[in-house]
Amino acid sequence: MKRIGVFICHCGVNIKDTVDVEALSEFFMSRDDIVHAEDYMFLCSDPGQKIIKKAIAEHKLDGVVVASCSPTLHESTFQNAIEEAGLNKFQMEVANIREQCSWVHNDKPAGTRKASLIIGASIEKLKLNESLEPTSAPLTRRAMVIGGGIAGIQTALDIADAGYEVVMVEKKPSIGGHMIQLSETFPTLDCSQCILTPKMVQLAKHPNITLHVNSEVKDISGFVGNFKVTVERKAQYVDPDLCNICSDCSTVCPVLVPSEYDEGLGWRRAIYIPFPQAIPASFTLDIDNCLGLSPIACGKCAEKCEANAINYDASPTTFEVEVGAVVVATGYDLYPVENIAEYGYGKYPDVVTSLQFERILSATGPTGGVVRRPSDGAEPKEVVFIQCCGSRDPEHHLSYCSKICCMYSLKHAKLYKHKVHDGQPYIFYIDIRAGGKRYEEFVQQAISEENVLYTRGKVARIFNEGDKMVVFGMDTLTGKKVEIRADMVVLAMAVVPSYGSDELAKTLKAGTDKHGFFNEAHPKLRPVESLQAGLFLAGACQSPKDIPDAVSQASGTAAKVMVLLSSDRILHSPIIATVDDDLCSGCGICIGTCPYGAREMDLLTRVALVNDILCEGCGACIAACPSGAAQQHNLTDDQIANMIRVIALGDE
Amino acid sequence: MTVSITRKDIKNELVDKIELLSGQNVFECYQCGNCSSGCPMVDYMDYTPNQVMRLAQTGAIEELLAAGTMWVCAACLQCSSRCPKGIDVAGVMEALRTINLRNRVGVITPDDISTEDRRELPPIVLVSAFRKLSG
Repeated sequence: MKRIGVFICHCGVNIKDTVDVEALSEFFMSRDDIVHAEDYMFLCSDPGQKIIKKAIAEHKLDGVVVASCSPTLHESTFQNAIEEAGLNKFQMEVANIREQCSWVHNDKPAGTRKASLIIGASIEKLKLNESLEPTSAPLTRRAMVIGGGIAGIQTALDIADAGYEVVMVEKKPSIGGHMIQLSETFPTLDCSQCILTPKMVQLAKHPNITLHVNSEVKDISGFVGNFKVTVERKAQYVDPDLCNICSDCSTVCPVLVPSEYDEGLGWRRAIYIPFPQAIPASFTLDIDNCLGLSPIACGKCAEKCEANAINYDASPTTFEVEVGAVVVATGYDLYPVENIAEYGYGKYPDVVTSLQFERILSATGPTGGVVRRPSDGAEPKEVVFIQCCGSRDPEHHLSYCSKICCMYSLKHAKLYKHKVHDGQPYIFYIDIRAGGKRYEEFVQQAISEENVLYTRGKVARIFNEGDKMVVFGMDTLTGKKVEIRADMVVLAMAVVPSYGSDELAKTLKAGTDKHGFFNEAHPKLRPVESLQAGLFLAGACQSPKDIPDAVSQASGTAAKVMVLLSSDRILHSPIIATVDDDLCSGCGICIGTCPYGAREMDLLTRVALVNDILCEGCGACIAACPSGAAQQHNLTDDQIANMIRVIALGDE
Repeated sequence: MTVSITRKDIKNELVDKIELLSGQNVFECYQCGNCSSGCPMVDYMDYTPNQVMRLAQTGAIEELLAAGTMWVCAACLQCSSRCPKGIDVAGVMEALRTINLRNRVGVITPDDISTEDRRELPPIVLVSAFRKLSG
């Protein structure tokens, strides 16, 4: 039989006021199966831990129950203490008599009785505890980053700078994401491209980073530290190493395609470079719009290319990458503007989305940074900005706040005013959310010094009158209906998870919320990890984020990845499921129950196996197992039954 | 009533005049409403002090000049002392009164007051009335 010691903490008065700690230690001391019992004011303190260590040595204890606060707080403190005294740390049990007893009761005799039952149950559990060691597995010290926007770029650079290899997978022909499309950035109004392109160049030249553009993740297998990711790379038809971006090919290409970079406001050719600073710096042949890869159909580009970089015989490739960690940084897209019919997008060419207006303001945009409206190229003198287009409308669209629109709409209004001095920007809003550093000052400066007219109220509809658009809105501050004859209307479209990320989530078996944003492991304390071990999140794929937030999260994510990659082996708690091969009937119920993908069937033996590293010890499979083959280390059915017996029948 | 706003309304001549007379920038106001919540006369006003500031932003000064708020204003300066943006709201009221009084709107002269009233009213009332309403 184990020689068990019981230590009861007063926690100052937190426990002592409701639980008679002295009586309890006397009671346990009198029990035959307890070798030693005592109480102390603060067991978590250094003298408190010394009392435990001393008692272990003096009384040759081989098991300890500490009755104190929740194990989430001091379990590791006491585990370390008994380890220092030479015991295995799993020979210590915390009996929570604070959160689950003294804090929720005020009747001292009843509280004392309940504490005695909680401690009694913990003693029964401890009696059958095995000594365990953490499980471990080797790992691949390489990370994959999916998505090459600002969040992905920052994560990749930070991990690579720490000395680990990074494989970046980007769906589009160039990295840069949405940030490369932006004109200036709030609240400092520095040029988006000027601050992003140095990072893109750094990434392209980094010896630890391998970049795969035009590529998508198709499958993933393995587990934390040991993932095998299947990547499919579309044929680019242009060899990026040979292409010298002379643009001879696109000059002869007869096909015009609306430019994705310019949000459809400009044109590109079927063979094109998305934008001048694209990384990798190479043309790409868009096979969906090309007339045909043969001299009979067209073939002008290959004929013209002096570098012989164009290869019509290229084909898609699929390859496998082994990585230890995967970071999702797939970013955002805009809510479909067609869903808001009352604002006339598509019907009136001068109603544009926020990203289109970014391009109109941008020096590299279709108008070269001169503000012109799409319909007739005239300079708009009255521009209406409508916020919350799709956001904060649970009835018709999306329930959440897209977070960035308040600031970018104001930035738009400001940049517009800087370019059209006699123009007037109007912003219809519900609330102005300017919670970032120097954001509120940015807003107030634009209102008081640049006279951006904010009108509190939503726009009901827009119709045209000659070459103007009449905007019907409401000024809830004066209680008056307002109409503005605008030359141009900009819709601050809601932010949604990037298109295609739902499929990626399925492939990665990552959880998403009802809107499709990737779920973090804990909303406050684990914001950069997903619930799946080894899978991390960065940027707007998790929730709408502006650039400072995305970059901060990206660096946080990189740090978490580096923690994982910093050792040769990954350690994992041994409090996990185990299977009795003789009892397992191979029904497979556990496999469907496991939220972590830790259970799989051995097809030869028909025994359901446990992956020691993936198992988080939640116990779902154990509860589900009809044959009792699945058991949790140190939480076996016998232990739980013994604990229940104490609680239900008393400890007599 | 629907109001049409154009860029010509924003900071129009009358707004400029108000800003010149009061030394205030009406666009400083962010509509927190503290001026109105502290105002002892607000129950008797057709536009509350924050609505006055808002209408000034939209350029609707003529509407303000026709309204009664500025006359009801007791010039107690509560609004100005409470404003978190440091706007002298009472100064804006005074500017509105000044524009009206210069146009001989709302002016009172001793002859307007009946002999009976002059006899009955406390002198302080007459002094205040002339200070506020004689231009």
